[in-house]
Amino acid sequence: MSAAGSPGSIRRRLVGQLALVAALLSVAFFFSLRVVAERATEATQDNILAASATSIADAVYSDAGEIRVEIPYSALSMLGTVSEDRVFYRVIVDGRTLTGYDDLPVPEGRARARGPAFATYGYRDDTFRAVVVTRALSAANQARRVQVVVAQTRLGLAAISSRITTIATAIGVAFFLVATALSAFAAQNALSPLNRLAEAVARRGPKDLRPVTAETPTELAPLVGGLNGFIARLGSALTRSEDLIVEAAHRVRTPLATVRTQAEVVHLQMEKPENRAALRQMIRAVDESSRSAGQLLDHAMVTLRSDQLETEEIDPAELLRDAIHRLSPTAELKDIAINLHLPDTPLRVQGDPILLQNAVRNILDNAIKYSPADTDITVRLTPGSPCRLHFCDQGRGFEAQDIARLPDRFSRGSNVEDVVGSGLGLTIVQDVARAHGGTLEIAQNPKGEGACVSLVLPSY
Amino acid sequence: MRFLLVEDNADLARALTGRFALDGHVVDHAACLADAELSMKTVSYDLILLDIMLPDGDGREFLRRHRAQDDPTPVIVLTARSEVSDRVGLLDLGADDYITKPFDFAELEARTRAVMRRLGGAAGNTREFAGLVFDSTTGTISADNWTEQLRNREMRLLEVFFAAPGQIFSKSHLMDRLFSFSEDVSENAIEVYVGRLRRKLGASEAHIETVRGLGYRMVKRG
Amino acid sequence: MRLACLAVLLSFCAPLAGAFEIEESRQYPANGSVTLRILSTADADVFEPIIEAFQDQNPAIAITYDVASSAQVMTALYEEGAQYDLAISSAMDLQTKLANDGLAQTYVSDATGLLPGWAKWRDQIFAFTQEPAVLVLNAQAFTGLAPPKNREDLIALLRDHADVFDGRIGTYDVRVSGLGYLFATQDSRNTESFWRLTEVMGRLNTRLYCCSGDMITDVARGELVLAYNVLGSYARSRLADTPGLLVVEMDDFVSVMLRSALIPKTAKAPGEAGLMIDFLAGMNTRPALAEETGLPPVAPSTKEDESVIRPIRLGPGLLVFLDTMRRETFLRSWTSSIEQE
Repeated sequence: MSAAGSPGSIRRRLVGQLALVAALLSVAFFFSLRVVAERATEATQDNILAASATSIADAVYSDAGEIRVEIPYSALSMLGTVSEDRVFYRVIVDGRTLTGYDDLPVPEGRARARGPAFATYGYRDDTFRAVVVTRALSAANQARRVQVVVAQTRLGLAAISSRITTIATAIGVAFFLVATALSAFAAQNALSPLNRLAEAVARRGPKDLRPVTAETPTELAPLVGGLNGFIARLGSALTRSEDLIVEAAHRVRTPLATVRTQAEVVHLQMEKPENRAALRQMIRAVDESSRSAGQLLDHAMVTLRSDQLETEEIDPAELLRDAIHRLSPTAELKDIAINLHLPDTPLRVQGDPILLQNAVRNILDNAIKYSPADTDITVRLTPGSPCRLHFCDQGRGFEAQDIARLPDRFSRGSNVEDVVGSGLGLTIVQDVARAHGGTLEIAQNPKGEGACVSLVLPSY
Repeated sequence: MRFLLVEDNADLARALTGRFALDGHVVDHAACLADAELSMKTVSYDLILLDIMLPDGDGREFLRRHRAQDDPTPVIVLTARSEVSDRVGLLDLGADDYITKPFDFAELEARTRAVMRRLGGAAGNTREFAGLVFDSTTGTISADNWTEQLRNREMRLLEVFFAAPGQIFSKSHLMDRLFSFSEDVSENAIEVYVGRLRRKLGASEAHIETVRGLGYRMVKRG
Repeated sequence: MRLACLAVLLSFCAPLAGAFEIEESRQYPANGSVTLRILSTADADVFEPIIEAFQDQNPAIAITYDVASSAQVMTALYEEGAQYDLAISSAMDLQTKLANDGLAQTYVSDATGLLPGWAKWRDQIFAFTQEPAVLVLNAQAFTGLAPPKNREDLIALLRDHADVFDGRIGTYDVRVSGLGYLFATQDSRNTESFWRLTEVMGRLNTRLYCCSGDMITDVARGELVLAYNVLGSYARSRLADTPGLLVVEMDDFVSVMLRSALIPKTAKAPGEAGLMIDFLAGMNTRPALAEETGLPPVAPSTKEDESVIRPIRLGPGLLVFLDTMRRETFLRSWTSSIEQE
């Protein structure tokens, strides 16, 4: 529903306007058909009346100076051929009724000289169409003026008129319906390139910045051109900023490494607790910034790759083994054991190996980070469709109120202020899961302390 | 152990060399690939720490070349690039592991140890004190007729004492070695690990002694 | 129901103050309060079976049946505004004039809807019989002569055998008989031979009659050899009890008179009149009644203008011969042809 005056739907407007035009045309058609047809039938009646009157006038003769008329049978019978109308006639010679109904009025039409004059009038409780034909006749060397009046009711005309009205109404309505249907079809048709374009643009992932190539009619070319120009500018802006982020991250890493190592060396040689605390803070700040930069880049990479997913067959067991192998040195530093439970049956997942590795690494990274020393992390691969990559730790777990919002960007648990983190880890995992048609599930460890994170992936 | 550090950033190289020296390792520094090639011709290294972006070439080229020559020297790549794809590529090229700058030195140590362990252990990595043999690659201690496997933190603690037997190490010094900077733990936590280590050392002549008010030191029992 | 059949002869007695003449009036009482007043040109004897059958169906309707000539029917309704509920007449032209001039009521029902188009006009005039004009011959007098098949044959026959036919031909006096006038004018319209025939008949001292019945009687008695334009229905009904009669339908054309009914504007019981019209329109479903009355009902199968049997067309054409001047001219011509003194 759009308020009056608002642009609303082009299609609705188009259909509405076309339907309005169709309605106007229908009404115009209805009236013109009626007018034309009624004129034609009226003209037909007039013609028959004139023919009747003329044939009576032709039958007027003078017999020994006396004007007589022998009304031809056809003069009146022709009026009864089409309809069952009442018929009256009157023959007047010099103003005196010779024969017929002497109360029948004479039409006073201003007809052409010698032509028939018509009139419509009331007579004997009915409406009549009447004609008068005037003839000059010479009898006994005297010019006589003969007028023949023939009048007929309009019953037949009314019947024809009502039939015409019915037909005109039917045709008008049919025309309107057909025209409206065609309008709807035409509007649909005319707007379908727009819909196709809209679909083509809407189907795209948020990072698909290729130019729009959907076939479009010339009217849409400026729109598509403008859109493509905008996409190109957006694309180059994004690329520039991405490049800038990557470059900045790289540039800052080596000096950070230098600072961190130096600080560590100095820290080891410092004795005063306050100096040591200051150095520790410095090192933690370095860690935090490098970790954030890493995860930001990871996140950008995941988003990018999610839109143009290049999938291949992956063994999730292998995936887990690799990730655990890679991270176990870090875990060992805290005497954390990572226990991997794999099913006997081989499993296959269709996915982007780099994204999935990233996701698994982020989950394990989190688990190691939040697990206290001397604990276990259990990693379990549950077969089935979908299959589950299940990670449980014995850390501090999640606060119940945090679970729903944890995968949000930069959202961190309310109980982790003491641990370095960016809040992007689970976001990355969630994005990867979604890109693969899977889900991320977060829960408290059912076996007491700790948290459980499941990466649920479609498998076969 | 003897490491070759291939790193063009002089500051970082100096800092790392200093840090390794604290643990008693010898580090040769090469600022470019050419220097690295030269060093490798004269000395056999236990491990190469390799930067990627170097003034005279790409570290990955160097890596590929050495792997093609069947050079078995383990390589840990120090990378400033953090993308997963880069890291995976490195492993495919033959790097034994990689670590992203900046890194926790403990982690570099752990990875080094893991690489060593995987490759079968570098010779001469065992040390002896009072009849106790300590293999810091595998994390085992052994005496005449028994062997004990140490956990990671126990092993790293013992490593500190083995570096200077008889020397007193303060609690804070030991904590620096055991806990990462991101962990906030009290100094008492160190007592837990000293306790565990003492239990494992139990039957041997080596003993961790508490020097009240100062810290701990490793002495021969008796 | 026969008890209701109380016939009263009221010759030359007008029920209302009007000046028109009623030849006969019969009352058919009933136990209801409504009386259907019929003014008809058909003989009361002929119509009585119809009235009785109608009252069998509608026992509550009493009926007054007045018989008058077609001209008197016209006078009663057109000039004097006599109050009748139904006018039944064989004078199609006069019935048409009554309807055309607005003196008839419109009536529509299922039964009238079933009537063929030519059997009604303006839903005001409803024909219920179709009665042809025929030639009636005395068979005995015609021994040795071939009966004429058409009007040309008849002219030739009359010319060739003037001795046989002189003074022994009968036809309507069209100046007196409305039906005779109707038949004559339709003849004049339909064939060129009409005026020649009239002249031939005039030369043979044709006798003129007012009514078909008299002509048939005279033919039967042998006073006439031939009667022209006799109402075929009457002739056929006489065939059974009158030997020696020959009825010939011409094969050039046969004018068919339609006996019709209409409800005058002045009707007081138009509903009952409508019931009677429905009853009459359904006559073709009662062959026994048609047989008894000798009135052939309208047959929907009869096609207008297609065969030689031509129902005279109801409509404004019939007004032409009612035109005073036209009638005057026609009668003058006819008279001068038929009376060649």
